[in-house]
Amino acid sequence: MARAISPQKKWTFTILAWIVALIIFFPILWTFLTAFKTEGDAILFPPAFLPPHWTLENFFEVQTRSNYFKHFFNSVVISVGSTLIGLVIAVPAAWSMAFAPTKRTKDILMWMLSTKMMPAVGVLVPIFLIFKNLGLLDTLGGLTGILMLINLPIMVWMLYTYFREIPIDILEASRMDGAVLWKEIVYILLPMAIPGIASTLLLNVILAWNEAFWTLNLSAANAAPLTAFIASYSSPEGLFWAKLSAASTLAIAPILILGWFSQKQLVRGMTFGAVK
Amino acid sequence: MAATVNTRKLARTMLMPAVIILFIWMIVPLLLTIWYSFQNYNLINPVNAGFAGWSNYKYFLTDPAFFQAFANTLILTLSVLAITVIGGILLGLLLDQFIYGQGIVRILVISPFFIMPTVAALVWKNMLMNPNYGIFAWIATRLGFAPVAWLETFPLLSIILIVAWQWLPFATLILLTALQSLDEEQKEAAGMDGANFASLFVYITLPHLARAITVVILIETIFLLSVFAEILVTTSGGPGYASTNIAYLIYHQALLDYDVGGASAGGVVAVILANIVAIFLVRLVGKNLDA
Amino acid sequence: MGKIVLEGVEKHFGNVKVISNVSLTVEDGAFVVFVGPSGCGKSTLLRLIAGLEDVTSGKIYIDGVNVVDLPPAKRGLSMVFQSYALYPHMSVRGNIGFGLKMAGMPKEEIRTRVDAAAATLNLTPYLERKPRMLSGGQRQRVAIGRAIVREPKGFLFDEPLSNLDAALRVNMRIEIARLQKSLATTAIYVTHDQVEAMTMADKIVVLNAGSVEQVGSPLELYERPDNLFVAGFIGSPKMNLITGATAEPYGAATIGIRPEHLAVAGDGDGWAGTISVAEHLGSDTFLYVEVPGVGLLTARTQGEVAFHAGERVMLHPDPARLHRFDKSGLAIRN
Repeated sequence: MARAISPQKKWTFTILAWIVALIIFFPILWTFLTAFKTEGDAILFPPAFLPPHWTLENFFEVQTRSNYFKHFFNSVVISVGSTLIGLVIAVPAAWSMAFAPTKRTKDILMWMLSTKMMPAVGVLVPIFLIFKNLGLLDTLGGLTGILMLINLPIMVWMLYTYFREIPIDILEASRMDGAVLWKEIVYILLPMAIPGIASTLLLNVILAWNEAFWTLNLSAANAAPLTAFIASYSSPEGLFWAKLSAASTLAIAPILILGWFSQKQLVRGMTFGAVK
Repeated sequence: MAATVNTRKLARTMLMPAVIILFIWMIVPLLLTIWYSFQNYNLINPVNAGFAGWSNYKYFLTDPAFFQAFANTLILTLSVLAITVIGGILLGLLLDQFIYGQGIVRILVISPFFIMPTVAALVWKNMLMNPNYGIFAWIATRLGFAPVAWLETFPLLSIILIVAWQWLPFATLILLTALQSLDEEQKEAAGMDGANFASLFVYITLPHLARAITVVILIETIFLLSVFAEILVTTSGGPGYASTNIAYLIYHQALLDYDVGGASAGGVVAVILANIVAIFLVRLVGKNLDA
Repeated sequence: MGKIVLEGVEKHFGNVKVISNVSLTVEDGAFVVFVGPSGCGKSTLLRLIAGLEDVTSGKIYIDGVNVVDLPPAKRGLSMVFQSYALYPHMSVRGNIGFGLKMAGMPKEEIRTRVDAAAATLNLTPYLERKPRMLSGGQRQRVAIGRAIVREPKGFLFDEPLSNLDAALRVNMRIEIARLQKSLATTAIYVTHDQVEAMTMADKIVVLNAGSVEQVGSPLELYERPDNLFVAGFIGSPKMNLITGATAEPYGAATIGIRPEHLAVAGDGDGWAGTISVAEHLGSDTFLYVEVPGVGLLTARTQGEVAFHAGERVMLHPDPARLHRFDKSGLAIRN
């Protein structure tokens, strides 16, 4: 492992990597900075990199104008709720596929994934009408259910890949020890799969948090999560960039912070468990 | 190892909820969509209702917008795949080197993945691509060029850039993870055999990445075929149909033209097209994922 | 309690027959070893008895009850896996006590029983540690502790020593054998190592390609192998098997003579050959002798002998220890 690397090479790669990383990160950084500018400073040309006059005004205005905290609460309920319900359904399914595979297991898995390829827009009309008839439009329950459904295949797949890393010997040992199925899952499988489950949960919370088709089309005033909140700033041409930036910062900050603090699990999760 | 009959019976029971739920989720809306697609059903013209035969399909498939949307969907998906896979390999190779502050660099690089599509699109549209005050305009003037109205002049390219920015972190991360699992000794052995960087890459690294690349293509395709929010927020599919993909075309028909029948026909077509892609992908992936 | 009887047990995986028509009886308290080359079906047979696989047909009786439809938990057996299969997230105490906890035993009693099992296996200082902090030998003992603490009707061992180094393997072999005798619990032990089989077993079952080749005590198998397979498999170094013109005078298609039953002399009668390799182990000397028209024969002489590579020697088989086999490979007995 102890390859000798010249300091010159180290610094070249370091500088190159930092430049690339900052370019990639720039739009986010720019959004953060603009959020603290006055509307006038935000559209200076040439642009002012740091806010000439720091202000928190935009954040207060966003809260007053569109009640950020209500949408934030909706986003939390929908993303966490859909992930937890999904987990309850996905764990048993992934257990079956990982530890009692049949000839059709691969096909079922691929079929599940292929349901995700079905363009949501293709079935928007009937889902909209069904939701309307069942009174689910613009409800947290309806959105939670939909997001659970669209992420379920990914959850099953991820859990399946993580479970497959667990030696079946250990589950068989628990069977010899007299564990019935639910005890085998609760006492042996789940504790052993904690890192994988954490990754799955995190990734799915993020996917649900950012989902912007169903949440936009099936919610209005009541249940609208942050995706809809931010879309309300897309309208007219008025150049309210500071407020837009403040709203954007508020919408993405929770997930960014969550992502940064759980980097290790998340990185594992972002590979969908498919690459070691 | 085969499981016992008892275990298999349990396994089937445990698998059922997921299968049944997903099956209903797939089949009920699909059947309804198919049914609507043969109806005259316009929300602002309720008088003209009833069986429509194939007319919705005829209308949808002969609409020049359909071909453009079809082409745009392909261009968008393939371009983003190409950018993210090639860019991801390059970035992965770079991040695989010794770097001071590796942890922070990695956080910066993966951050776009956490950004909701609506936010990403709005930020790019306004603060980067705006021809008067945007950063790109500023860079252009500094370099002595005239600023470009990105979204009006290159609508599809603009959307490709935004979407590629969102998905590059994902590709980079998977490919980096795969690179890190490449056996150091194997590289050294190849180095001893006199392989230079290029042949090392072609004969050792690239084959090792095959599986990871497959995963990137599979997952990204799933999401790229249905890019929606980015288009809605930036160009609304225009100018004309220049940046309309199939997903957006159907949305346009259903919610802006109130033509449920026509939109449903489009939905059925989209499902069929997606299935063709799915069959192709599943073949590819099934082969590569077995290992 | 603990008599295990197999009656016409078969196992197919698809079209492949991995176990064909096995019948045998394991007496209560006996130590029975299934031995055979890899892929012979010995592990599958063990898993069938454990209930981790279903039999395709046939019956398995434990204490007179046919258990083929019972799940593993209800068969009252415990198993030691090749990989040990310890629960990585539980302490040694948790690992050993898990079966008792599943049986709903009160906490106090679990504690007493686990302590007792740990004491027997010298694990007391490690009870609160996680498996990953233990050495291979200690993990092995935890796996055994998990098996004995439940006081099962029988132990099943699936190649338990194959992950240990040679020295430890000999120690554990003795420890397992002694433990089994003191508990007087039926044990079935699977191995591919015929030395393990010979040293530990009351009764050996030699398996080949899914069928039982021979069942008997170690000495029976050594002295009276039923067929060529058993003759070649049991004993180390392997029995010399000679076919063709040399075998004909004995009225057999093949004759077999163990290396230790070949007398080596500088002259006299027998087969003349040249020593190609001589291995001096101190206690024994192995000579590999090239005999024209017969092939390479192995001879084993006790102690240090003054034979060296390149010398010509005469090999004289002990006629009383000569094994004869017919064309189909079965032993010819008179």
